[in-house]
Amino acid sequence: MKHFDVIIIGAGVTGAAIARQLSRYSIKTAIIEKETDVSFGTSKANSGIIHAGFHSPPGMLKTELCIKGNRSFDILKEELGFSFERRGELVVAFNDEELQILKNLYAQGIKNRVHYLELIGTARLREMEPNLSEDIIGALYAPTAGIVEPYEYCFSLIENARQNGVAMFVNEKVAVIAKQLFGNFVIETDSGLKVSARFIVNAAGLHADEIASLAGITSFAITPRKGEEYLLDRRVGNLVTRIIFPVPTKDSKGMLVIPTVEGTVMVGPTAENINEKDNFSTTREGLRCVFENAKKMIPGIRLHDVITSFSGLRPVATGDDFIIGTTSVQGFINAAGIQSPGLTASPAIAQHVEDILVKEGLSLKVKSSWNPKRTPFIKLRHSIATRDYAGYIKNTAGNPGYNKLVCRCENITEAEVTEAVSRGHTTLDGIKFATRAGMGRCQGSFCTYRVLKLLEQQTGIPIEKITKKGGGSEIIKFPMGKGAPHE
Amino acid sequence: MNNNINVAIIGGGPAGLAAACTLYEQGICDVHIFEREHVLGGVLFQCIHNGFGIHHFKEELTGPEYAERYIQKVNKTDTFVHTDTAVIDLYRENEALTLVLLGSKEGLQVFTARAVILAMGCRERNRGNINIPGSRPAGIMTAGFAQRMVNLEGYLPGKEIIILGSGDIGLIMARRLSLEGVNVQGVVEIQPFPGGLTRNIVQCLNDFHIPLYLSHTISNIFGKQRIDSVEITAIDNQLEPDTKNRFTLPCDTLLLSVGLVPENELSVKAGVILDEATRGPVVDANCMTTVPGIFACGNVLHVHDIVDYVSEEAARAARTAAQFVNKSLTDKDGIRMLAGNLVRYMLPTKVYTGKPTIVSLRPITPVEDIVLYAKRNGEIVYKKKYQKILPSSMIQFELPALSGIEPVEVFFAGEET
Repeated sequence: MKHFDVIIIGAGVTGAAIARQLSRYSIKTAIIEKETDVSFGTSKANSGIIHAGFHSPPGMLKTELCIKGNRSFDILKEELGFSFERRGELVVAFNDEELQILKNLYAQGIKNRVHYLELIGTARLREMEPNLSEDIIGALYAPTAGIVEPYEYCFSLIENARQNGVAMFVNEKVAVIAKQLFGNFVIETDSGLKVSARFIVNAAGLHADEIASLAGITSFAITPRKGEEYLLDRRVGNLVTRIIFPVPTKDSKGMLVIPTVEGTVMVGPTAENINEKDNFSTTREGLRCVFENAKKMIPGIRLHDVITSFSGLRPVATGDDFIIGTTSVQGFINAAGIQSPGLTASPAIAQHVEDILVKEGLSLKVKSSWNPKRTPFIKLRHSIATRDYAGYIKNTAGNPGYNKLVCRCENITEAEVTEAVSRGHTTLDGIKFATRAGMGRCQGSFCTYRVLKLLEQQTGIPIEKITKKGGGSEIIKFPMGKGAPHE
Repeated sequence: MNNNINVAIIGGGPAGLAAACTLYEQGICDVHIFEREHVLGGVLFQCIHNGFGIHHFKEELTGPEYAERYIQKVNKTDTFVHTDTAVIDLYRENEALTLVLLGSKEGLQVFTARAVILAMGCRERNRGNINIPGSRPAGIMTAGFAQRMVNLEGYLPGKEIIILGSGDIGLIMARRLSLEGVNVQGVVEIQPFPGGLTRNIVQCLNDFHIPLYLSHTISNIFGKQRIDSVEITAIDNQLEPDTKNRFTLPCDTLLLSVGLVPENELSVKAGVILDEATRGPVVDANCMTTVPGIFACGNVLHVHDIVDYVSEEAARAARTAAQFVNKSLTDKDGIRMLAGNLVRYMLPTKVYTGKPTIVSLRPITPVEDIVLYAKRNGEIVYKKKYQKILPSSMIQFELPALSGIEPVEVFFAGEET
């Protein structure tokens, strides 16, 4: 049985950030994930906003960690090479009552020590965002807010953690957590994997309550709150530059219009408390609701620009704040109930968990071999965006895979797909999230067969066994005969 | 190699091939076809059914046979063929049309051309475009993807299939999969009339006893990992779902045949203005887009129902592109063409004095016993009676040569007495 100093359960952004944080020390760390790939739970459906930190009141743990987390992203971007842009966020008001809410949010933000917050009038607002509705009478502007692609951020954390020695187990659903005589935990998964650890960090997202109860902790429950999001074609990518919020409601920050770092626009999410933790459906009502709200703020948004939709489940914990800390079981540490602003807070959550581990007796010494840098992908689309073709030729010399286009909508090359496979992504969705092949306007109609072939070549998994997102989600079920007649 | 070329044809499918043949016949040299796939022929290679070429070759060919005829013809010309070469950028720089190519052999290259013929074809609309609610399992795919997997790669998507949309590819796939032993449970169409050609309804559905649910749509998708069933709901006259009239059918695959969209992302990069109705470039009678020197033909311009018309349109575009290269294209101040009653779209938007012009249009809805008019200042310049018009059947007619500058309105109406 393999032994680790720390085992993290759950490879969403919370677990990934903790793994990467601990990867700098000379301890043995592992991360266990029940899905086939990293970030396949709540994280992949995140809106990708790095919040400024005025939405929650001072004194809450999530407020403190949001503010700290936000400030970490410049250096993380530098080290890990994911896309991050401080675009800023605008909360817009349509009437005097809403203006008052903005003033309260502003005051709250100042107390939280959010930098550069401003209440702005319509003239300036129109200049900043010409496509906003004429009915908007004022806004709260927070220039420190930013955007990322949540899965790219999550992948980059995990890749760097693994580069620095963190062990990774995927497709392993934790079934038993037992405590041994001398204080170590033994974790057993439903496929029979057995590992032991001195500390467990519970970052199991939606299922954190179930994991805690395996260890005998029943102090909290997680209920899913569904959010539906709709992604618009990059043709309308210039509708907004900043993230546009309505005034918040009791349950959520409202339905937003979000520019993405990839030049598309996302609208959503809804907020609906549901019972099932595996209900990722989208609904007619959700679509109607999201578009009504989005159109109110940006009248130019049109339904026929939707290229895809999805939904995610926020893990809402009893008490509504993050639950991070020690438990009644010594060595079992929770990092649970991480709903918004969890993505923003993740670097600070990781630091917070590290501090707890140290207090609990884990001694941490930085490894001399620790490398904070992850090698980013070479992306053809970035060269096209800047028309830096000479640079592309120079950077890709010697690898003909960079001269073969796989996904025409997003301009993804064979080399990018190959690189993603070699970084551990073996499902169609894994490749899609790692490279964007299949994420564009044709949604994979043209490139899926090419990706399937590349996956087959590189992993040896036959095409009919390749899945969309793990067991039972095969893309194409039955082979008929041999390949293409014209090849 | 000299990277300053005469004519660049983007796309080596039926439109690009026909354009290359015509340019050669017109004596234009230094013509290059850029094709992103490994072979020429485009989507025709996966269309192994027959019915191609009846109009153009006066015989019934399969898709690959139709493509092969043109490929052989192109091979006899001096056209430069670049396969495995994608055009990733297109823009005007100091009057020159610049193409950025990514080729598996040559790598990244920048070419300039005196004229460009857009022939990139179209893509299929997908689940996201039509916002089908429900879960998001595997097993939902476009009919064209399934066609490729079955006909070229040798895989069956599943064994219990439902098809949403009665576009031609969906109908063809209903028959194709039935022949492979797949249980095709039905074709669901939101409109009260089929989206595909009548001959395909007869030969692909009726002959195989496959039910066609008109005025129905898929209102929910079930299944966690792989799709396991769909909910089908009847649609009322306002295209709203009738919630009292719904049922569920089990399936392991859902094919989508819900329309095609011209693929113009490259055109837009070059500054070409698109038509809201066709989603293809706005063109004049010369198939020239709003950017001088850039021409468009085939499904990138508007979606055709038969390939024969694609080839003909490409030949017309190539003839005028040849004139452009030879500096003999001198048309100015055209006559505006206005789409009127019952016309969903029409092109070109502008014709020129003294030249007869082929006009293409589609009606909004099926109508029986109706007359197509082209009128100008209250005077009929063209008229044709139709027993039946259908949105699935494109109408083409030759508008006679006109003089003057007053616009022409094209519309459907009852017989004038």
